[in-house]
Amino acid sequence: MIRFILGRLIKAVFILLAILVFNFLLIHAAPGDPAAVMAGEAGAADEKFLADLRARFGLDQPLYMQLWLYIKGAVQLDLGYSFRQQMPVAEMIGDRLPATLLLTGVAFVLSLVLGVTAGVAASARQGRWGDTIISTFALLFYATPLFWVALMATLVFSVWLEWLPGFGYSTIGAGYTGMAHVLDVAKHLVLPATTLGLFFTAIYMRMTRASMLEVSRLDFVKTARAKGLTRGVIQRRHILRNALLPVITLAGLQAGQIFGGAILTETVFAWPGIGRLMFEAINQRDYNVILGVFYISAAMVLLFNLITDVIYVIVDPRIRLTT
Amino acid sequence: MLKTTKLTAAVLALALAGPLAAQEGAPKSGGTLNVVIQPEPPSLMLGLVQNGPTQMVGGDIYESLLRYDFNLKPEGQLAESWEISEDGKTYTFKLREGVVFHDGEPFTSEDVEFSMDKFLRESHSRMRTYMEHVESIETPDDHTVVFNLKQPFGPFIGIFEPGTAPMIPKHIYEGTDFANNEANNTPIGTGPFKFDKWEKGSFIHLVKNEDYYMEGKPYVDEVYYHVIPDAASRAVAYETGKVDVLPGGSVENFDVARIQAMDNTCITDKGWEYFGPLSWMWVNNDNKPLDDVKVRKAIMHAVDRQFAKDALWNGLGKIATGPLSSSTRFYDGDTPDISYDPEKAKALLEESSYDGETIRILGLPYGETWQRWAEAVKQNLSEIGMKTEIVPSDVAGWNQKVADRDYDLAFSYLYQYGDPALGVSRTYMGDNAAPGSPWNNVANYQNPETDRLFAEAALMASPEERKAAYKEIQDKIVEDVPNIWLLELGFPTIYRCDIKNPVNTAFGVNDGFRDVWIDR
Repeated sequence: MIRFILGRLIKAVFILLAILVFNFLLIHAAPGDPAAVMAGEAGAADEKFLADLRARFGLDQPLYMQLWLYIKGAVQLDLGYSFRQQMPVAEMIGDRLPATLLLTGVAFVLSLVLGVTAGVAASARQGRWGDTIISTFALLFYATPLFWVALMATLVFSVWLEWLPGFGYSTIGAGYTGMAHVLDVAKHLVLPATTLGLFFTAIYMRMTRASMLEVSRLDFVKTARAKGLTRGVIQRRHILRNALLPVITLAGLQAGQIFGGAILTETVFAWPGIGRLMFEAINQRDYNVILGVFYISAAMVLLFNLITDVIYVIVDPRIRLTT
Repeated sequence: MLKTTKLTAAVLALALAGPLAAQEGAPKSGGTLNVVIQPEPPSLMLGLVQNGPTQMVGGDIYESLLRYDFNLKPEGQLAESWEISEDGKTYTFKLREGVVFHDGEPFTSEDVEFSMDKFLRESHSRMRTYMEHVESIETPDDHTVVFNLKQPFGPFIGIFEPGTAPMIPKHIYEGTDFANNEANNTPIGTGPFKFDKWEKGSFIHLVKNEDYYMEGKPYVDEVYYHVIPDAASRAVAYETGKVDVLPGGSVENFDVARIQAMDNTCITDKGWEYFGPLSWMWVNNDNKPLDDVKVRKAIMHAVDRQFAKDALWNGLGKIATGPLSSSTRFYDGDTPDISYDPEKAKALLEESSYDGETIRILGLPYGETWQRWAEAVKQNLSEIGMKTEIVPSDVAGWNQKVADRDYDLAFSYLYQYGDPALGVSRTYMGDNAAPGSPWNNVANYQNPETDRLFAEAALMASPEERKAAYKEIQDKIVEDVPNIWLLELGFPTIYRCDIKNPVNTAFGVNDGFRDVWIDR
């Protein structure tokens, strides 16, 4: 086990480096640079203004030099400075990380719990009205675009019913502290977390249901039934445990994205997270910020893939780890 | 102009401002102003960054010597009085006494000299070109500044606004690396509001400057600028009462009508007179067949601008008559006819050198309205038998393509800064056409005669002479159609009617909320 993990970690370092180089080249292949964007926003610029900016950002150096400097920094965990905000990228990401983790983390747990529960419930009632209702909802949420759900949720719960705040992280200027602050943030979290969670809930539900039905037809389930075990025990101990593997694979994928934020949800709900930071940075060609976010999310995806593999072994002892 | 009863009422109220103001009662102090800011500014240091959002927040923190009313007539701000010599070469400003920066240090003529001569010359590209007209700056005492110009420069009196000439504290910046000074994160000016907090991605908080030099002002205790990245969410923010002011361009035009119908909601398209945002399509005069004036004229007559105004801009704005906005000094509406006339356009195209080439249209990536506008133009041009394709891009890509002249037709809009010598000549001067910038003579229009007239008109001392020169310029340029002029854009500011005075200068909400009070 230890050897497996070590081996994978060493591989991960090389994959990460390759991703960094690839991202760097990809970003620089896009037309326009941060100096041009900033000059563009000012609505007026002379040659000196652009040249000054490019020199300040180090964009006047040849590309291979810029790449070398970036990799050198990244290896030492130095993500560089944001051209636009004049702040260390690590600090900017650190500022946005808590909000993103709260949103994606809650959405992750919510969708996993709801999705698996609903999937189990639906499979137990296969073909009956309970199954039909659950499956219909799942299909609906699976097929509806996220931004539309977000806008409609805002319209209904924020504009018409006035139950929940439609955007933002907390009530600005309210100055809440302690419990009041937690409640305030929780209220703001409901719509974005639900919106983000719905899609994954639908996926987990469909996957759990299909997988449960498949496993329930296998011979060992018949044996268990013949042994006289109760329905509940068969569902939980025998079917669910075997049916969970594909769900874990998917959960591993979603977990990897937790650190990358959710661009769409964060934008519509004005949630100050990583996804928005990255999206804005892409538009502004703020190279270091984009690369920084890619770096962190790539590292997290690699890490969670590893964790997923380890969890397989725990859930299903038949699986052996080899590097 | 908006044709709504609410606006008519507002205009009426404005016309009768004197007597009505008394009835409305004296301004009330206190309250919080919640305003939308879009996009989030990169910095609030107005001397270094001059984009829209920086100017909007920075306009509360920084001030200049003057401000300008809707007709661009100067009023005193940090200057109490000013004098221009007979020969138009000496400008003497008497500064207000007892003005202090937010950190308590006094504001004096030394700060003016430092700002204009050192800081802005170094870091502000527009100011750099304006300052080339200045021979020397004298500070005979703490409250007098004298600018000696090399030759008369008519537009000079129009540059003393916060976005162009913000007054920057010498004691903080002298001898430092301006761009990397720590103080840029906590901007210090003389304005009515002080910087308090910037929660990146959420809000910017300003608080009342208790030591402001105008008795009783500002009235409002604090201002929150809310960062909301999605246009639909910004509309919701207003509808749910989270914000009270939507500056021009905050919401998509198709949402304006719905919001306008809400109770206690006022709308004004004033406050853009200084900028005079004029939209047009750049025409690449170097590319065949666009080098043929008949092709350009055909396009000009083919584009249905009334439709764009009514359908895409919600009826806001004005149809452009040529290179100048109607609010810019020396505007002349009596230029050669460029109105919508598809038959004439067809005939012109028939006679021209156009031979079925596909013309690329580069839209402006600033949201839905602009996208649809490109589609409308494509439709217009296909109606006269011209083949076109729309080139998609994002903001950075647009900048690059326009700067590299990699386009045939490209949507854009530019500010005019109140005077043709400041914001118009740059677009048409033959020697300002080098590739590399999306803001110079991108079309590469070359006309030695208008070049000469532009150069002369900027340096004429008498306004009458300038007017005559600019009249000639406008006629000549419209005859050549180097670009396809579209609309003088109308960016409505939407606000709750009980917020008083949000827009009372030619800069609108960009001029700070010095005079705003809340009637609740």
